[in-house]
Amino acid sequence: MTVTLFIPCFVDALYPRAGISMVEILERVGHRVVCPEEIACCGQPPFNSGYHAEARTIATPVLEKLADAEAIVIGSGSCGAMVKKFYPELFAGTRHAELAKQVAARTWEFSDFLVSKLGVTDIGAKFPHKVTFHDGCHGLRELGIQKQPRALLANVRELELVEMPEVSCCGFGGTFAAKFPMISTAMGEVKCASAAETGAEYIVSSDSSCLMHIQGLLSRQGKPTKTISLAEVLNAR
Amino acid sequence: MSTFVSEFKTRATEKSGDLRHRQFIRTALRGYEAARDKRKGAFQSWEAARQAAAETKWEAVNHLDTHLEALVAKLEARGTKVHWASTGAQAREIIAKILREKNARCIIKSKAMTSEEIHLNDALEKEGFTVVESDLGEFIVQLRHETPYHIVFPSMHLTRGEIRDLFQKEIGDAPSDSPEDLTMVARRVMRQKYITADVGFTGANFAIAETGMISITENEGNSRLTSALPKTMITLIGIEKVLPRFADLALFLPMLATAGAGQPMTCYNTMYSGPRQPGECDGPEEWHVVLLDNRRTELLADAEQRDSLHCIRCGACLNVCPIFRNVGGHTYGTTYSGPVGAVITPHLRGLQDWKHLSNASSLCGACTEACPVKIDLHHHLLQNRRNASASEPAFFEKLAYQLFGIVANEPKFWSLAKKIGWLTQPLQRAVKGSALDPAKAWTKTRDLPPMPQETFKDWWRNRK
Repeated sequence: MTVTLFIPCFVDALYPRAGISMVEILERVGHRVVCPEEIACCGQPPFNSGYHAEARTIATPVLEKLADAEAIVIGSGSCGAMVKKFYPELFAGTRHAELAKQVAARTWEFSDFLVSKLGVTDIGAKFPHKVTFHDGCHGLRELGIQKQPRALLANVRELELVEMPEVSCCGFGGTFAAKFPMISTAMGEVKCASAAETGAEYIVSSDSSCLMHIQGLLSRQGKPTKTISLAEVLNAR
Repeated sequence: MSTFVSEFKTRATEKSGDLRHRQFIRTALRGYEAARDKRKGAFQSWEAARQAAAETKWEAVNHLDTHLEALVAKLEARGTKVHWASTGAQAREIIAKILREKNARCIIKSKAMTSEEIHLNDALEKEGFTVVESDLGEFIVQLRHETPYHIVFPSMHLTRGEIRDLFQKEIGDAPSDSPEDLTMVARRVMRQKYITADVGFTGANFAIAETGMISITENEGNSRLTSALPKTMITLIGIEKVLPRFADLALFLPMLATAGAGQPMTCYNTMYSGPRQPGECDGPEEWHVVLLDNRRTELLADAEQRDSLHCIRCGACLNVCPIFRNVGGHTYGTTYSGPVGAVITPHLRGLQDWKHLSNASSLCGACTEACPVKIDLHHHLLQNRRNASASEPAFFEKLAYQLFGIVANEPKFWSLAKKIGWLTQPLQRAVKGSALDPAKAWTKTRDLPPMPQETFKDWWRNRK
């Protein structure tokens, strides 16, 4: 199968290792990967702020580039939810309404694609560390992805997964982190405390944006816990 | 910036940094979550129960006109006086008029968020009436001259020690900080008030159209005393509280108790169907039911967000909300706080003044997941944002997104933006967190990740 990999803007600019790992994993399990260079962003920042026209300006070329893709894989639950769940809403009543639905139906979040579409749960990875997993809220609640990343982590050699006592938001929330920095920070501190309770060395997540927030707090506060994307863990040998 | 948003930001900043508050609320709500999850297990299927409740409320709200007429006909047939109030001011005047006619001096109240919504106590006190809250939590916040912190647990922000000190100061009696002792103090004060009050005032949890009944659930028995002892009873109820059938309570009573407090059932469940009938030995001689609109019909007209009228005021969305848990109930400055407050307040009190509550969310969706009647809460926050931006766009924000669109849509510009970001990193680090830092909203408390020289797209291009 030819997989069209949609690398979110912040993964491209800040976390290339996560994107590279996705390419290598998809190729390892036997698929051809294409990555349209013209696509930078899914349009979620203006959409979440309520600026739909501005969001459509960004999302329209994305839709057109993805029109013929066989399977679209997005390296983020948040951007995945944008394309899969919110594009049909954003384009409802426009000439792209039908295309938005078609693209949404062919779009998968990375871990969901491996487990639910390809039936792959063991990539042959080895990561000898104690980790905890952070569910990005969009992946968890908009797309219903919870078991898939855990099924993948269960087959990573020498990895020990310890769950956090509470399922909570990391406090990132896109522009929310800048508009209400103190609330966002407090939420992040609760998340970090929850992760620290597990004694994990690494916080793993499908969403690099959540990890950017969590790592930003951990680094500032001099905490030893590290963050790493799920794709990098699955690509470790 | 409106005063509402600047006040919200000031209080939110202060409260979210208050580690004692954070720990206190987190511990309290962890206990709630454990109890709630245990009680959810008592339902054959909690998800099926939510679906059934949502469908019943959908039926109730979408046929509100016929249900209300049926309710009123039944109430009036048994001698209840029904009043329709379009606004809070009208409701206050209706209630004050009844009190004046009865020559009342003292009113005993059981818990009613609708009365908070119309600021009833203030209005009545200004007219010289004495108003006494009989719900223990409400009694405590009334002594503190505060609004309820939470729609179900009004004084959950206070420790036992703080309540003891309050009772000592205001009542002059507080033997210890044990809940039993403190309850006995409040009970002694209230029992006297029940006897001397001229009018009892209640809210309501549900109104049953089929039978013309008002259902009140409570844990302290104060609502029963409020309705049983004074000669006149007044009930204020939002029009959206109607349920079509008596049998619907079989689902809604345990569901409200479970979602609201992690209880199998609330301790006291009472149905009121009218004032004292001939031959009956107790109950109020007169019962007035005030049906409150106060812009609920405007929400009803909004097909997209109409389901927010399903709300049974259980507080489940507040309890799970990471924003509520960090900023606390008073920060909102609204009667209804938490996610449901953020959704409905712009409809009840004006979108532009209250849109900030919809922005103050990470859109995590925990509220929607928790809501027993399946209100699409976090998506309504998004719709409020859309409506606010469409009617009054913020100039610089809109411009920023337009510029971002130009950069994102042109690969050369996007590459250049990343390159500039990488090159200016040392500068950004030098001013990190200071007033000169363009990213200071982030960097005041958080580090930015280092930008790699080779982005993903560079790698991809080189690889090919």
